[in-house]
Amino acid sequence: MTLPNQTPRSTCTLGYYPGCALHGTSKEYDISVRAVAAELGQELREIEDWNCCGASAGHSTNRKLAACLSLRNLALARQQNLKTVLTPCPLCSKQLLSAAAEVAANPQVRSEAEQTIEMSFGGGVRAINYIQYCTDSLDAISSRIGEGLRGLKAACYYGCLLTRPPKVVQFDDAEHPTSMENVVRALKGEPVEFSCKTDCCGGGFTQSHPEAVLRLSRKILENAKAAGAEVIAVACPMCQVNLDMRQAAIEKRYGISLGLPIVYLSQLAGLALGIDRKKLGLGLHFVSMPERGA
Amino acid sequence: MAEFEPKIAAFVCTWCTYAGADLAGTSRLQYASNVRVIKLPCTGRIDFHFIIKAFERGADAVLVSGCHPGDCHYTAGNYHARRRWTVFRKLLEFAGIEPDRVTFAWVSAAEGAKWASLVNEVTEKARKLGPFTRYQRLNEIAEGEAER
Amino acid sequence: MSRIGVFICHCGENIAATVDCPRVAREAASMPGVVHSVDYEYLCSDPGQSLIKDAIREHRLSGVVVASCSPRMHETTFRRAAAEAGLNPFRCEMANIREQCSWVHADREQATRKAVDLIRMMVHKVARNESLCPIKVPVNKTALVVGGGIAGIQAALDIANAGHRVILVEREPSIGGHMAQLSETFPTLDCSQCILTPRMVEAASHPNITLHVYSEIESLTGFIGNFEVKIRNKAKSVDLGLCTGCGACTLACPLAGRIGNEFDRGLGKRGAVYIPFPQAVPHKPVIDRAKCLRFQAAQKKGIPVQDCSVCGKCADACPIAPRKAIDFSQEDVIITEKVGAVVIATGYELYTGGRPRPGDRYAGCGEYGYDDYPDVINGMQFERLASASGPTQGRILRPSDGLEPQTVVFVKCVGSRDNAKGFTYCSKVCCMYTAKHAMLYRHKVHAGRAIVFYMDVRSPGKGFDEFVRRAIEDDDACYIRGRVSKITREGGKLLVQGADTLSGEQVEVMADMVVLATAMTARHDADELARKFRAAYDKDCWLTEAHPKLRPVESATAGVFLAGACQGPKDIPDSVAQASAAAGKVLVLFSSDELQREPLVARVNRTAPPQYSTCTGCFACKAACPAGAIEVEDITDKAGNTVKSVARVNEGVCQGCGTCVAACRSGSIELCGFTDEQVFAQIDAL
Repeated sequence: MTLPNQTPRSTCTLGYYPGCALHGTSKEYDISVRAVAAELGQELREIEDWNCCGASAGHSTNRKLAACLSLRNLALARQQNLKTVLTPCPLCSKQLLSAAAEVAANPQVRSEAEQTIEMSFGGGVRAINYIQYCTDSLDAISSRIGEGLRGLKAACYYGCLLTRPPKVVQFDDAEHPTSMENVVRALKGEPVEFSCKTDCCGGGFTQSHPEAVLRLSRKILENAKAAGAEVIAVACPMCQVNLDMRQAAIEKRYGISLGLPIVYLSQLAGLALGIDRKKLGLGLHFVSMPERGA
Repeated sequence: MAEFEPKIAAFVCTWCTYAGADLAGTSRLQYASNVRVIKLPCTGRIDFHFIIKAFERGADAVLVSGCHPGDCHYTAGNYHARRRWTVFRKLLEFAGIEPDRVTFAWVSAAEGAKWASLVNEVTEKARKLGPFTRYQRLNEIAEGEAER
Repeated sequence: MSRIGVFICHCGENIAATVDCPRVAREAASMPGVVHSVDYEYLCSDPGQSLIKDAIREHRLSGVVVASCSPRMHETTFRRAAAEAGLNPFRCEMANIREQCSWVHADREQATRKAVDLIRMMVHKVARNESLCPIKVPVNKTALVVGGGIAGIQAALDIANAGHRVILVEREPSIGGHMAQLSETFPTLDCSQCILTPRMVEAASHPNITLHVYSEIESLTGFIGNFEVKIRNKAKSVDLGLCTGCGACTLACPLAGRIGNEFDRGLGKRGAVYIPFPQAVPHKPVIDRAKCLRFQAAQKKGIPVQDCSVCGKCADACPIAPRKAIDFSQEDVIITEKVGAVVIATGYELYTGGRPRPGDRYAGCGEYGYDDYPDVINGMQFERLASASGPTQGRILRPSDGLEPQTVVFVKCVGSRDNAKGFTYCSKVCCMYTAKHAMLYRHKVHAGRAIVFYMDVRSPGKGFDEFVRRAIEDDDACYIRGRVSKITREGGKLLVQGADTLSGEQVEVMADMVVLATAMTARHDADELARKFRAAYDKDCWLTEAHPKLRPVESATAGVFLAGACQGPKDIPDSVAQASAAAGKVLVLFSSDELQREPLVARVNRTAPPQYSTCTGCFACKAACPAGAIEVEDITDKAGNTVKSVARVNEGVCQGCGTCVAACRSGSIELCGFTDEQVFAQIDAL
């Protein structure tokens, strides 16, 4: 598969595709992303009239439907002259990248999809995840953080979709990624090496098979804690919800104590930039992140 | 009325197709007897005048077969043949020969069965197309001249 | 006027059962030019051949058509018979009425008619056959061997011992190749250096072998028996004539012990001036100009190195007088030699086990953590640890903390047999050397635990399977069938997550060290090298042999032979065997002063002046020729002025494919044995 030509990102105005999660259960991700962008003087323009990307039920039931749903978002972005779209949720960004690649490679799929959505799409829109956003903004961030995270020990958890499928997302090393650690280091935090950074948390089964979630997420949490992590950094609403919301149940089930805050990379960036905790939605987590002494 | 038996000229390369045809023989595979093979070292040797001449001299169909791309005994002869073929194919209709009468194939030395089925296929195709008579007048004139 | 004889073979019942041979003989008798037509039981037998020979003499035949089996069976037989009877062998052709007629058609009438047609086509062709004489090409009896590993050394010694001169070119500062890096070899656990170094010394001191180390092939032109090779002697910055190999310079270098050395694959260190390993042949140092302080300073300042006064401690330490053996001003030298045969023995490289570099042809196995964890090493690095002259003097120690590992996991098939991320082929030697590694580890660390994750165990050679069983039964290596999915680090240990497919369970091992059996790969510049020698290569850049079964040591280009791992992954016994085989082929070539080639080659016509040839000099033939056999010939007048440039076929190189003939627009080139006239004659007789 080939991806459409990557156009250089405009430094000031970025397209923004929050997706369902950021408008719903993961509101704090949206809040913190916007707060950080404002602090850096970047404008995030939400795609007008965006629709669901098809990540949940869509792509497993009807591939054409999923492609069309994503393609419409891309076409809207194009129309609204948003060449690069920040997509903080990796499920969404994977859908958008996948649809873009499919229509680029297959003109017939493209014409069918365009007919369905009644819009044309010529390519030229690039979806980036939050880690890529931070990496691109590293200069702006580094110049503004003082002591940053002051050596906060963070285990970076990538989950399943940030680096996979490798041919679609083409981001970092699928088996052994290091991009989030680089960002944490730049924020003056201390990334902690642990064994489960790309392991499954049971995410997909969160409603249908919660036992699996408890078992798999426990492994990740215990491993991170044993490696000395004070927090787990994530860049995905699904990861955050599973590891955070289920922690109490895991502790009860296995009779262990964890108390490991699961924090969005955007919230860490916000803290490093000195933004007030309340403005980053840190109060919306199940396992709260304690204030750090000066 | 006897059933029309087409006459088929086959230009094949020594190293692959001829060997494949030999293998069909060693394996005792049976196929139509309408083919007359002309052995050349490589399909790269084939001048498309040969094909025109074959039709002129009574062939109803022509088969050209060599090594698979990448396997040419001389490394690249069959690539030249393939390139010439794509150009020549367009000339066929202009020359008054239905394109279906000329078949271009790759048969390796291990593909005895493929050779047998290819011959049968080409024979059937030629039988359906009927005898090739367009150049017969040329022959008659030539023979008339020779007699004189 | 043609006097053609037609001989139809019954081949017992093979032909006669389906083809009415007597009738065919009768019909052949009335074909144009035929003066004699008979059928016979077995023409290839002695009496059969005598029949043909007698007929040639009696009827003064000018051409012969033998209608029998495939020419691929007996063309040589009948052509030799014709020659013995005084008829030029190329005036004898065969009509295939067995494999392509009697064996494939059941209907007697149809088969007989087809046999008649095929014979008639050959009669028409033979009437236009010319007498052709084999082409003689002189042979220069010097061989070029490229690559000084075990295969190159073996080939060089075999050819040199037969009395011919050999030029052996090696790109590293010492010969020995990868075999010199090994500790002990399977299946005997022979010390690799012990069996190799005598050969290295023999090759270096053999009176017939001229050794060029730290050298590369610049270009190769010419054809079989007559090659010209340009060799680049890279500047060593050491005068080999003066240097005694005392090594004082290597000790004086301020970078000594600071640069990861290639021989120890990064586990050991060297300086900028270095001897690659203690048993190096020749035992003389070279200066790595990319690291040397003086050369780097000179380059940065943009001044010639002679004017730079940075460091220079190596020269100071050199005891040779009055002129030092260290020579900073040395430059690359190009040497030209003429040789008759080339043996390519350039060997292999190893996939490291980590992430790919830009330009690499594979995605790599990042999940094993090779690039991130020092205690995850590859097979060759393990060899260096196990080697008595290695960076740890033969003790198995963890690179991270220098402690002895108590649990070592060996992972096989890293990058091999892997469609998605690596190479599709099997690297052949890893099963054996992993068993060996497990054994060596257990011999050295008596309480250690060796665990091997495998997909299969391939141990086909002599004593090979017994060797693996020894590892399992005598040395308690634990073999688990399954792959490793991930290796991560926890505390000071490595967490290896894999599967045991025989029990259906997931397996986790806390290991102290992991050894990856990584894929053998072609050299990263194998394709460039192959193009220099006009050798073919496959999708993985292994050099391609002329025929996979019957011609394993010849390349597609006549006179260029292949030996060792450059042709495909293989172990030492096979490399040595192949090297001797290639040497054998070279000796066959050198056994006569002249080479005889079949004259079925192309020829550009020549006519009387002032035309000289109908060739117009468009050189479409030259572009089309797959063998590069067509040259430009400048036809000059008496004063030396060029009046016309035409094409000329080099008879020594031409392979006889005829692509040039079809490419020629003016009909000036023809292929002997398959001229337009001959082919048109066959078509005429359809």
